[in-house]
Amino acid sequence: MTRKRRRRWKTLATNERQKVALDELTGVVEQIYDQLDGGMIPSMELPMRSKRNIEFDGQHNVWKYGDLKTSRSAKTVNGAVMMLRTVYTADFINEMIRESKSSTLREMYYISEGWHNAKFHSQDESNLLAEDLETITGCMREDFKLRPEESGAHVYGDVNFTTNTRKGMKTMNCLDDVSEAGFAVPYNVEEDTFRIDPGNAKFVMAIETGGMFARLIENGFPEKNDCILVHLSGQPARSTRRLIKRLNEEHGLPVTVFTDGDPWSFRIFASVAYGAIKTAHISEYLATPTAQFIGVTASDILNYDLPTDKLNDKDVGALNAELSDPRFADEFWVNEIQAMLGMGKKSEQQALAKYGLDYVTDTYLPEKLTDMGIL
Amino acid sequence: MPSDEVPKEPAAPKEKKTATAVKLASKQQEISVTEFFEKNKQILGFDSRSKSLLMGIKEAVDNSLDACEEAGFLPDIQVSIERLNDEDYRIRIEDNGPGIVHKMMPNVFGRLLYGSRFHALRQSRGQQGIGISATVMYGNITTGKPAHVMSKIEGDDEVAWGMDIVIDTKTNRPIVTNDKAFTWEGKEHGTSIEYTIKGRYITGKQSVFEYLKDTAIVNPHAEITFHDPDGTRYVFERATDIMPPKPKEIKPHPEGMEIGDLLKYASNSQQKTVRAFLKNDFSRITDRIASEILEKAKVDGEKKPEKLTRDEAISILDAIKTVKIMAPPTDCLSPIGDTLIKKGLMHVLDGLRPEYYATPVTRSPKAVNGNPFVVEAGIVYGGDIPSDGQVQILRFANRVPLLYQQGACAITKAISEMDWRRYGLEQRGGKGIPFGPAIILVHVASTKVPFTSEGKEAVASFPELQSEIGLALRLCARNLKSHLNKMERKNKTHAKFEIVQEILPDMAQKAAAHLGRPVPNLDMTITRIMNVVWVEPSVKKLGKKEREITYTVYNYTNTPRSFRLHAQVPKEAVNLTLFTNPAFLDMNDEGKANWEITDLQPSKNTVITFELKGDMADTFDADDIFFSGLNPAMVMGAEQLPGDWGIKGMEITQTDEGDFVDDDEEEETEVEDLGDE
Repeated sequence: MTRKRRRRWKTLATNERQKVALDELTGVVEQIYDQLDGGMIPSMELPMRSKRNIEFDGQHNVWKYGDLKTSRSAKTVNGAVMMLRTVYTADFINEMIRESKSSTLREMYYISEGWHNAKFHSQDESNLLAEDLETITGCMREDFKLRPEESGAHVYGDVNFTTNTRKGMKTMNCLDDVSEAGFAVPYNVEEDTFRIDPGNAKFVMAIETGGMFARLIENGFPEKNDCILVHLSGQPARSTRRLIKRLNEEHGLPVTVFTDGDPWSFRIFASVAYGAIKTAHISEYLATPTAQFIGVTASDILNYDLPTDKLNDKDVGALNAELSDPRFADEFWVNEIQAMLGMGKKSEQQALAKYGLDYVTDTYLPEKLTDMGIL
Repeated sequence: MPSDEVPKEPAAPKEKKTATAVKLASKQQEISVTEFFEKNKQILGFDSRSKSLLMGIKEAVDNSLDACEEAGFLPDIQVSIERLNDEDYRIRIEDNGPGIVHKMMPNVFGRLLYGSRFHALRQSRGQQGIGISATVMYGNITTGKPAHVMSKIEGDDEVAWGMDIVIDTKTNRPIVTNDKAFTWEGKEHGTSIEYTIKGRYITGKQSVFEYLKDTAIVNPHAEITFHDPDGTRYVFERATDIMPPKPKEIKPHPEGMEIGDLLKYASNSQQKTVRAFLKNDFSRITDRIASEILEKAKVDGEKKPEKLTRDEAISILDAIKTVKIMAPPTDCLSPIGDTLIKKGLMHVLDGLRPEYYATPVTRSPKAVNGNPFVVEAGIVYGGDIPSDGQVQILRFANRVPLLYQQGACAITKAISEMDWRRYGLEQRGGKGIPFGPAIILVHVASTKVPFTSEGKEAVASFPELQSEIGLALRLCARNLKSHLNKMERKNKTHAKFEIVQEILPDMAQKAAAHLGRPVPNLDMTITRIMNVVWVEPSVKKLGKKEREITYTVYNYTNTPRSFRLHAQVPKEAVNLTLFTNPAFLDMNDEGKANWEITDLQPSKNTVITFELKGDMADTFDADDIFFSGLNPAMVMGAEQLPGDWGIKGMEITQTDEGDFVDDDEEEETEVEDLGDE
């Protein structure tokens, strides 16, 4: 049912979407009310949000939640508190929509100080609840007037963005109109406030670390290769993934991902390409299934003889967990993960500097990108 | 005994020896007891500056407590420490004891091994009379200043006397100066001692403050005021007006006696014959036993006791070993008792807000080698007690805190040998001092506590004592464990209570407001979630010695319920508020109170509330509430009434082995009469 609804709202204007969101939330509250009024123990069902419950969606080529459900019942304190929070949050969102305000997720966490038993004890709890509401209602948190903090992600390259600024809509070129740090990605990159003109760009390269992002800019890599660089800044925020998705889907640019060579970086790639487990309910909207992994791969560590660090216990645990993660269940990843476990080593993308500062732009990337058929 | 160990002049050298021996002999001379101690200060515990400071105060306070109790006054003790310079301190300890008669004052404070308790077999804090005079001496030696002593005995026409005392270390005699009578304003009776000592004032473990605090715990009848060198005043207030029963003096018990003791007693005896000496100067020797001993030892019973030879004494001791003699009487001991231990702990540790005071355990007295002893233990758990380190151990001997040599002490050994993991504390490998938010208290009382040294810092270990401590601790730990289990259950069940009392009503309210509909009635939902009768205890502190106890009883089931509630309340503390509650049924003379709740309707609650006033008010644990007349699965917050509740607790007094007819009391008085003849 949620799938159907989502198709509908994609075509709706912002204010209409908010009305839908409001109705959906009221429906959730109504359900709780009716259960209480009928003398029942309130309960609700939602998709289980773990790697055990993600399935491949052939239609969108992304990973989405499967049919496993968890039920939440007011019989337990946790369940009861979560439902109480749901009611409070719905009320809060309702108020924001009525007063045309919005708040950050962090602000909501602080606002809950006055909610007594419904108070959030950490921001993780409030983020989780926002995601719960998304999965229950099939709406997006932006429709609830909840926004994340700026993610710290940046774009650099010959691409034009037309976006809403304090002085109205403005067009900016991410080479000419920005500093060396690049263009800061806003939290909302939807068409109605954010238009993309890719100009001559040939492909997108998402980069994990700021150091490598700066290296490629300094070496003039984007200009030479007509490439749009996107700095992910760790696990990419939703808007960063959404922007990459739009560049790919709407403008046909191939997407590559260049990260460190360790288990955590593999997960960064997975969330760009396949969808993150936490946001699997909106994977088709965030994930770029055709994204390709440049490296650093386990084979790169061997082939380029890169300096390494030993895997620690947590790394090994993470690699093993990935082996049972359905998103990594293909030949390439199983081989890479097992190779890394086998050598017991990991490496950083900046380890390529072993061969000089230009090596990454003159040798490594051209070799890899040629193999991929992008250059 | 130190007196026996004081080096004596060696036997005179044989005449035939060489000149060297003669020369040596001229150098050999008597060393006075005082001189000996001056050279071996550490024996008395004066081995470090900070310890010296503490030891002096400890000796004085111990004496003051003993004196007050002996005279039947509730002790009121003031301790003050004044810092004169970096290492010189002026100490003053004042009590409200009976005072000391003028002519005895120099001896009490200025002569080692002089005291009223040296020959008595009875539980007391000081045992040898060594402490306070040693303190005076130590002060003299380290600062060259005399001690100033003041005392006034009871009586309107008595004046107070004050004097300066220095001990002549050669002769063990006091040198008195400035001996003057004066009027002590506002003082009816009591003694004060002021001395200057080289020391170091510290805080924390092994500090004066810690010692006084611990003293207050085991002496809840005492009020102790402490002025520290920085001008802060602490008052450990009196927790009870009940004086501990005065320990009785007993005659020595024949078991475990050494040959020297026997000969000494015999030569000092007032008795005319050995038979009378055995019978009247020892405890638990009847006519029949005296005959049996004499017969077995083949000693003439009509002989004068002082004529007893060494060989005869040995035969008597051998005979004693083969004859069955009843264990010594134990009424000479004065344990603190479970209630007062709890009170003392609560009073002093209130700042830590411990979550649980395990019912303290007082074992019945036992005897070893003619010395009766009794062990008591208590455990305090949770609250603000630090939970990241080892448990704190409070060791006491005859109501005196032991602060040093924890590792060498029988108490510590007994604690370390127990597997505390079974009782809910952490312990590595089931051995050693456990970890967790707990304080363990152990008190050993005896007519003669076996200390490891004269400094009286650690109790020496012997199997019987060790096992008694272990048993007391286990009983206590079991109480703790059942409390911890109860808490765990309670936490689990309490979560549900929170759901129905707070979360659901909040949810209903908010949802109704959001939808603009009436607030739904939650009774059905709550009944579905709970389906129990819920008893919710709460305690409100009305005043220092006043508590309001409230039990709110909710029927969260779908039928009306009738049942009874029961609790054992401290009956000294109950008042009209208990009896006027409509649900109140009756209370027996043990304080077991019963309430009857009839036809409590579904989704309704009823409240039982009463006040407790007085000393015992804070000893009641509101969680100890029981029910009867309901299926145990239907009730939360109260325990099922134990089967033995209605039966009046049978008083079982454990007597020690000894297959005697209990004709002892009669015989004792008889013996007394005979002795006077």
